Amino acid sequence: MSREPLIFELSAATKKGFALPKLDVPEKTEALQGLAVRAGIPGFPQVSEVEVVRHFTRLSQANFCIDTSFYPLGSCTMKYNPKINEKVAAIPDFLGSHPYAPPELVQGNLEVLKTLEECLVEITGMDAFTLQPSAGAQGELVGMMLIRACLKERGDPRKIVLIPDSAHGTNPSSAHICGYRVREVKSNDRGTIDLDALARDMTEEVAALMVTNPNTLGVFESDILRIGEIVHAKGGLVYMDGANMNALVGKFRPGDMGVDIIHLNLHKTFSTPHGGGGPGSGPVGVKKQLEPLLPIPVVEKGKAGYSLDFSRPRSIGRVRSFYGSFLVELKALAYILTLGAAGLKEVAEIAVLNSNYIRKSLEGVYHLKYASPTLHECVFSDKFQKERGILNIDIAKRLIDYGLHPPTMSFPLIVPGALMIEPTETESRRDLDQFIGAMKAIAREAVETPELLKSAPHVSPVRRLDETAAARNPVLRWEEPKG
Amino acid sequence: MSYISLSDQDKREMLARIGVSSLDDLFGCVPGEIRLKKELCLPPPLSEPELLGHFENIGRKNKESVHLSFLGAGAYRHYIPYIVDNLSSRGEYLSPYTPYQPEVSQGTLQVIFEFQTLICQLTGMEIANASMYEGASAAAEAVLMAWRLKGRPRILVAGSLHPQYRDVVRTYVKNLAIQIEELGTDDKGRVDLETLKQKIDGETSAVVCQSPNFLGVIENLDLLTGVAHEHGALVIFVVAEAASLGLLQSPGAAGADIVAGEAQSFGLPLSFGGPYLGFMACRKEFVRQFPGRIAGQTKDLEGKRGFVLTLSTREQFIRREKATSNICTNQAWCALRATIFLETLGSEGVRELAYQNIQKARYALDSLTEIRAVRRKFSGPAFNEFVLEFEGGYKKVEDHLLSKGIIGGLGLEPHYPGLKDCALFCVTEVHGKADIDRLASLVAEVKR
Repeated sequence: MSREPLIFELSAATKKGFALPKLDVPEKTEALQGLAVRAGIPGFPQVSEVEVVRHFTRLSQANFCIDTSFYPLGSCTMKYNPKINEKVAAIPDFLGSHPYAPPELVQGNLEVLKTLEECLVEITGMDAFTLQPSAGAQGELVGMMLIRACLKERGDPRKIVLIPDSAHGTNPSSAHICGYRVREVKSNDRGTIDLDALARDMTEEVAALMVTNPNTLGVFESDILRIGEIVHAKGGLVYMDGANMNALVGKFRPGDMGVDIIHLNLHKTFSTPHGGGGPGSGPVGVKKQLEPLLPIPVVEKGKAGYSLDFSRPRSIGRVRSFYGSFLVELKALAYILTLGAAGLKEVAEIAVLNSNYIRKSLEGVYHLKYASPTLHECVFSDKFQKERGILNIDIAKRLIDYGLHPPTMSFPLIVPGALMIEPTETESRRDLDQFIGAMKAIAREAVETPELLKSAPHVSPVRRLDETAAARNPVLRWEEPKG
Repeated sequence: MSYISLSDQDKREMLARIGVSSLDDLFGCVPGEIRLKKELCLPPPLSEPELLGHFENIGRKNKESVHLSFLGAGAYRHYIPYIVDNLSSRGEYLSPYTPYQPEVSQGTLQVIFEFQTLICQLTGMEIANASMYEGASAAAEAVLMAWRLKGRPRILVAGSLHPQYRDVVRTYVKNLAIQIEELGTDDKGRVDLETLKQKIDGETSAVVCQSPNFLGVIENLDLLTGVAHEHGALVIFVVAEAASLGLLQSPGAAGADIVAGEAQSFGLPLSFGGPYLGFMACRKEFVRQFPGRIAGQTKDLEGKRGFVLTLSTREQFIRREKATSNICTNQAWCALRATIFLETLGSEGVRELAYQNIQKARYALDSLTEIRAVRRKFSGPAFNEFVLEFEGGYKKVEDHLLSKGIIGGLGLEPHYPGLKDCALFCVTEVHGKADIDRLASLVAEVKR
């Protein structure tokens, strides 16, 4: 397959891909008076419509995606994205709606937002939600801001946030931007938070504990109630990273576990498309005491209909323009209304079944650092294969040759050479068996023909790419060839 | 309806392989006391036709689409070529994750690389990232970046920066050692240079201003940059209406250090405010402090060109709390739409788009200010928005227009208490001459 050129390489003057209607008002030269106008845009492309269509269609074919392949990328919850939700989000009454339109003309939009908030309150057992954060990481940041504001009102915002060593990298980063120092809490040999270590670390300087539950190993923090007691006893708050809510939905509620604040990822648990890396949505749920601090505006339901409340003196303020990723929220609500309570419960059950089926089938073939039972994902490592010089990245790249997407490798940091596998509930037995078969075959290849792994992938649109060179000598844009 | 692909027999066999007897047994690690004792209280599940009908009904409660609208203020109605919808709806673009595995993500990665190039070309800057959440948080990230680069505590922000962007900047810096001070506006609607000269000092990290600004006025970027650089401060230019970049002098050409903004105008529907598309560009020398995902070019084993996410040592999954930002995705799919939009329009198309916006807004401005008791508030050059002051107040005008099926400009009093009888009108290429004439004749009907 020949490589797709960059659009700039197809460009030539006078080619045209689109025409606007002819200007139907009288042209006035004085409209441009006093303006610094550019002569042109050097290098900007000029191509035909058919060239654009072929370019993007061919590029799309170089992507792995849920619609074609099993995608067991741990922690990312790559489940099927229902097609009908795209149609719901394309209803013109929603799509063409201006965010500054008078509230009485957008009652439908406000109903969507309020209904989703109510559903998320019920699903999580929290007391109130804001839908504004644009992604999980922004949800974390909002959560940290809420904690800081709450403690400040009590007299002291405190200095430190506790984060388990198994946490996703966004957790420490979000706490840091909010002005907190991070103290790492060590995991015990079960891969969960060590209660003694927590009791030691939880001082009156500590604002909060950020806990992911089930954690990034897929292990449920079964001491969660005790953890909450330890943190609350010292006047701290419990923040739950809800990235793994897919394992709990319909069966367990963070609000019943001593959690004060949680963020959810609508693009994970609630099936909205990842889009190659966004747009996401990271709603934040809180317990009653934190509700007055939520970002503005807040959707209110009154006798005369829905309205937007901007005058909330204790609010942390605004965290983005307008009201959130509205279309993403629309798709998530469509998903919840399609599944209902029983369907959501089945999501968690089958996600956990599929994951445990893979775990059981690969135990002994790949090293499993922690023996603890796991829920929706399991984290193997390359420890057995490493003895022969084969790393997790080689296993990952070889999986591509089998037509499968590799697992997550960049974390958790407590498992060196991690292979974090999350199948989700939407996958068939056949897909799971194919993956298991491929993983077993690769383990054999690691012994018999290791060079096959080192040089993988072999059948992808490009061969293994030199990421080191990319970072050493960054080429971050196309430049017009000189001369 | 559920989206499960296992048969009952599959489930039984899989449970047997695992060695448990029921699905519930798989959750044995969760303490019994926190198990939900009853089913969630949610509406009963809907089939596909019921679901669609349900949302069409809710959509009908929006009464906006029957109106002709002149709202802008950070969210712009532009025509979207059909191929943007058609190509971006492909599952190959909608359903992959962030391109962590470059060998099977060349589509997404090359699109990002092209997007970065287009943003550099439009802004006149050296490097751009793979996109940000939306304009306001992009502006806030730019402020944090300038603060990291300069380490000085003061940031001067134009009062004509979008009020929501100003609010978000304040929220983001609240817990850091940063002070925000606002700059007033002169009678042209531009940043008041005298105040800027008085306020700026060696403790200032950056000057933040928007052009075209929230009052619809195009700033004199050269003058602002000159003053800021004299004091060693960086200049952050915010662009909330990206369509202006097709014709106006680029921020880069005026000496900007960082450009942040909103590119919703490039192929994203209004969608009640989101998802939108933040963007960010800067000088190459700042790359190590640049937040967000960045795609770069490299070679594969056979020496052929390919693309990867790069410079990840800036990012949270490697650097954790020392990262340049906690952001761990971009708005890839929105950036895809913008890339298709821009490549379809081409350099002539984006120029023509900007030109038509200027001409249509000018025609509307001239028609409206011919009316007695209506005058333009600020005299600086406009792009596609302008502030009008209505003698006797705007409310009467707004209500009359609404009663005739027109949403007029945005009343400014809640945003700028000093602009009591004023409204911000936006006119783009989607407004025909007849629409503008109708607006003007209805405004003229209002009794003073």
